[in-house]
Amino acid sequence: MDIHEYQAKEILAGFGVPVPRGGLAYSPEQAAYRAREIGGHKWVVKAQVHTGGRGKAGGVRLCSSEHEVEDAANAMFGKRLVTRQTGPGGKVVYRLYIEGAVAIRRELYLGLVLDRKSERVMVVASAAGGTEIEEIAERRPSTIIRSIVEPAVGMQGFQAREIAFGLGIEPDLISQAVAVLLGCYKAFEDCDATMVEINPLVVTEDNHILALDARMTFDDNALFRLPHIAELRDKSQEDPRQTRAADRGLAYVGLDGNIGCIVNGAGLAMATMDMIKAAGGEPANFLDIGGGATPERVAKAFRLVVSDTHVEAVLVNIFAGINRCDWVAEGIVQALEKRPLDVPVIVRLAGTNVAEGRKIIARSGLPIIRANTLAEAARRAVSAWRNNPSARPPSAHHGARAS
Amino acid sequence: MSILVDRSTPFIVQGITGRIGRFHTNEMRAYGTNIVGGVTPGKGGSSLDDVPVFDTVKEAVAKTGATASVVFVPPPFAADAIMEAADAAVRLCVAITDGIPARDMIRVKRYMRRYRQENRMRLIGPNCAGLISPGKALAGIMPGHIYLAGPVGIVSRSGTLGYEAASQMAELGIGVSTSVGIGGDPINGSSFRDILELFEADEDTSAVVMIGEIGGPQEAEAAGFIGDHMTKPVVAYVAGLSAPRGHRMGHAGAIISAFGESASEKVEILREVGATIAASPAEIGSTVATVLARAA
Repeated sequence: MDIHEYQAKEILAGFGVPVPRGGLAYSPEQAAYRAREIGGHKWVVKAQVHTGGRGKAGGVRLCSSEHEVEDAANAMFGKRLVTRQTGPGGKVVYRLYIEGAVAIRRELYLGLVLDRKSERVMVVASAAGGTEIEEIAERRPSTIIRSIVEPAVGMQGFQAREIAFGLGIEPDLISQAVAVLLGCYKAFEDCDATMVEINPLVVTEDNHILALDARMTFDDNALFRLPHIAELRDKSQEDPRQTRAADRGLAYVGLDGNIGCIVNGAGLAMATMDMIKAAGGEPANFLDIGGGATPERVAKAFRLVVSDTHVEAVLVNIFAGINRCDWVAEGIVQALEKRPLDVPVIVRLAGTNVAEGRKIIARSGLPIIRANTLAEAARRAVSAWRNNPSARPPSAHHGARAS
Repeated sequence: MSILVDRSTPFIVQGITGRIGRFHTNEMRAYGTNIVGGVTPGKGGSSLDDVPVFDTVKEAVAKTGATASVVFVPPPFAADAIMEAADAAVRLCVAITDGIPARDMIRVKRYMRRYRQENRMRLIGPNCAGLISPGKALAGIMPGHIYLAGPVGIVSRSGTLGYEAASQMAELGIGVSTSVGIGGDPINGSSFRDILELFEADEDTSAVVMIGEIGGPQEAEAAGFIGDHMTKPVVAYVAGLSAPRGHRMGHAGAIISAFGESASEKVEILREVGATIAASPAEIGSTVATVLARAA
């Protein structure tokens, strides 16, 4: 789960990481008021959206008067910010964060991530902070400091000092830098984060170390024990289709094509996508029903997939282990009997209770196209979609939506 | 023969009294798995479908002689259950539970290192389908009837793609020595490499199917082993060749994710070390048939 910059800063500040003075605004008037509250002569107005690269997209403005703050806020509210990370649909700005501007002497990069190779938390730092960190990683990988934290004892002082000296921090600022590093690690650990990123971490003209920007993402599997993090979820930043699915206990991935897919398991989802593409089609979405899905959950999944107006055919591809084909079949029949569809439905069932499942589909008398294998399912789905009179040519909306 | 489990391996089920644990205990027993007990804290002394239930893993091991366990414990308590098994000298632990926090798995992996290599429990999973040695034993949630017994080992991150491979092979009359689901979590117990080592050493496995996915370093690590040590042919499929770029972990993620994490890079690396690549998930069975025919 992602959160906003201001939320990440609030969390990190709680762990002793210094951040600039700032305040949240929901309206241009409030933005100006925040500027006055913060004081000083310069402010930064920052769009709160779940993406990096906001600066280049016009989501960060430096202002020298309260009027400018209000104008900048006026221009940003409701705007759709499009960055490399958001995709073409962008993300809408509903909240702004107003911060007192600081005089920067140096910009550094600091990130903590879950490293799958060492199976530990890795600190990644660079003396060259700012937006171009990925390029530096590519061109001058040796300038990047990596440090792995031993999970049994957590980050130690010497480790934080090594990183700080490695970044070229002056001796009299080392203890500030160490506090930032230890605070970030503690926040990562205590909040079940999968990433903490401060870019840039700055040294100011008056010798303070501050987190000028902050991002945190969290392990969805751990949200059950982090109610204070879970409540930070901002649905306005999610694909609404994904939100509806998540609220029903289903995993959803939105894509740009026309074939809606209901599968079980992430691996089979990806394999089904590979097959559909190879057969000349494009998936509209993927809905993973998970394990042990009841007929009701399957019916919900079905309704959710077809509620997407871009869906012109539905492929159900289930290889049941912990699931039961008879329950899946019942769910499909329930959904279709309640609301008949004008798009073709292709069903491939295999695994646990497959005979019962196929029987239920056959007995229903519904116009369901059946397939026995993965290849057959993908082929039939693509050809049924092509022959569907309501289908539009793929070029008409291909790539037109955010995924 | 087979790897990891056979007809006699004595298993306990952790979380046996839960809805899912109970259902799959019965499925596993019906398949022939030697289930000798179960563990649910607070329900010790009772029995469930004639299987004795214990309060602790230590007690279960002491009274039944179990050497292996299957974990169906819910996510908030699963890491604790795995560590309890490791401490009770269980040799093989198959964790089916999906949804364990990554931090808990870091802790589990660290905890397991307190035992010397030769005494250390082997963990399969979590978030996996388990393992099956067809005709002998099932320790997991696989649909047992789709598997034929035979000479091909399967190791897969994805449960459903493992089933897919086995059923395509069965259609062609090709059987499986053991199929292992290593699970889809970022931090897991056994890697592709760990399982390939076992298949390489197993007399009755003559070829291996490896089913990878986009993301993570384990396929590239396995390729290193295949190139240097595998004498048996490997058929590989990597899911996600056409997947859109997933949720990126900020800049730091991009920096640490090395070459070899995209599906196409994994395919390239595996092909380079001599693995035969199945071009699509529908061609896993036929590719195995070709490789077996070539080897014969």
